[in-house]
Amino acid sequence: MVDFLFYLFALITVLGAGAVVLSRNPVNAAMLLIVSFMGTASLFVTLGAYFLAAVQVAVYAGAVIVLFLFIIMLLNVDAAEQFRPDYVTFAGGLIAAALMILGTLKLFERGENFTLLTLQELDPVGVSTQSFGMELFTTYMLPFQVAGILLLIAMLGVVFISKRDKETRKDAA
Amino acid sequence: MTMEVTDIVWVIVKAAMVAIALLSFSNLAVLAERKVSSWIQGRVGPNRTTLPLLGAIPILGTGLTRMGLFQPVADGLKLLLKEDPVPDHVNKFYFFLAPVASMIPAITIVVVLPFGQIIADGVASPLVLADLDIGILFIFAVSSLGVYGMILAGWASNSKYPFLGGIRSSAQMISYELSMGLSILPVFMWANAPGAETGLNLFSLVQHQQLVWGVIFMPFSALLFLISIFAETNRLPFDMPESESELVAGFNTEYGSFKFGLFFAAEYAHIIVGSGVFTVLFLGGWHPLPVYSSAISLPEGSVGTLLSIGIFLVKTFLVVFFFMWIRWTLPRFRYDQIMKLGWTMMLPLALVNLVLYAIILALMTPVTH
Repeated sequence: MVDFLFYLFALITVLGAGAVVLSRNPVNAAMLLIVSFMGTASLFVTLGAYFLAAVQVAVYAGAVIVLFLFIIMLLNVDAAEQFRPDYVTFAGGLIAAALMILGTLKLFERGENFTLLTLQELDPVGVSTQSFGMELFTTYMLPFQVAGILLLIAMLGVVFISKRDKETRKDAA
Repeated sequence: MTMEVTDIVWVIVKAAMVAIALLSFSNLAVLAERKVSSWIQGRVGPNRTTLPLLGAIPILGTGLTRMGLFQPVADGLKLLLKEDPVPDHVNKFYFFLAPVASMIPAITIVVVLPFGQIIADGVASPLVLADLDIGILFIFAVSSLGVYGMILAGWASNSKYPFLGGIRSSAQMISYELSMGLSILPVFMWANAPGAETGLNLFSLVQHQQLVWGVIFMPFSALLFLISIFAETNRLPFDMPESESELVAGFNTEYGSFKFGLFFAAEYAHIIVGSGVFTVLFLGGWHPLPVYSSAISLPEGSVGTLLSIGIFLVKTFLVVFFFMWIRWTLPRFRYDQIMKLGWTMMLPLALVNLVLYAIILALMTPVTH
């Protein structure tokens, strides 16, 4: 049962992600990205990581993709449809794919047994959301803070760029 | 992972019962809205629609007709039988997907919403389809998907007013989701103080409120959360996506017949579910009194279970009534006022509220070393 579900959700995730890349219409791509994220969230559920699953849906499907759609709709969609990948994009994609394959091969090389273990089986204590939070705010406090600062920097960058644009426009006028 | 076929059938039957109950309530809520609005405006409201045989029963039939109870049937039939226009300029796939997408979150959220309790041998267990540990996170995850119905309807309609409605709704929902999430953090901090570790489970949260309802201990959180649900369900004074005085009918301008009916039913389903969540988080679920009293507690057995469901439903419907009351009392905000309120008032206030209650709860907790 779990095996079957894993292959089902993995298939949904991979097919969804592939369709995102291949679809010409940006709105279709964004909607298919939701399908792919839902597949990932379902995989988290089969692993017993309910917290991650819920956060995955809330953050990616619920907020990030809404912003994507927001921007796609505000831009001229017809112009976006005529997008053709150039050599740099193509080369970038190739390198990314090669790295993916290499990484996967390396994983298999380690001789890990690829039977599906749920989180409960791996770590009976560390499943609940409480212990997740406990670990996050004690053992992994530094990475957590660094991630927060990274987000803050991105936010400051956006504020800076949008402010600067306004000032130059004012100068031009 | 061994599930009998009968178990699966039973789960499906229970899920169908809850879904049917929700849809019937949302149908009745439409009637309630018409009646409430007419009372507020000094009218009588729907009192003429009648059915051939039922309406002819001497006293009962007339009474039901005067109460307008046949009106939902007529409304539903009208929406079913009308012509279903699909304009040529729409994107067909998303045009059909949008009404369905707006209905799904409401029905999905009910899965984790506990609506009663069963007491057996002194131990209370929840009456809920799925008693998840991460109940509230599940609700936030699913409710954040509610925006897609509107944004897709607006985009797929391929005309200006629906498009503006869709864009407004997406901006509004993202803005108010933040303060909604922040406003209920203190509730779970309270429920997870040492000695009462409930996690994010909704049933345990309701049981935690047996001593005192959330709304009494943290009224400010309740107020912020209530305002956020108004914004998230697009009710007046926050019904920007379909403000009819500027956008014709907003995101559903191009919709007619049953597809419009689905949007309409989804709006009321969302209000009912939102009220249910508010009841669970702040109004103590099925606990009859705001403050605990040993004299009044729910009995064991089926009577107690039915009472708990009844109390939960009464509270939920009172919140639904509040939604309607506000709608027919307050005028609509301007769009820029809504964004300003969301980002410069609600969000900072929610943050202050969070820090304030963190301090209060820390002071209340006895120091243990």
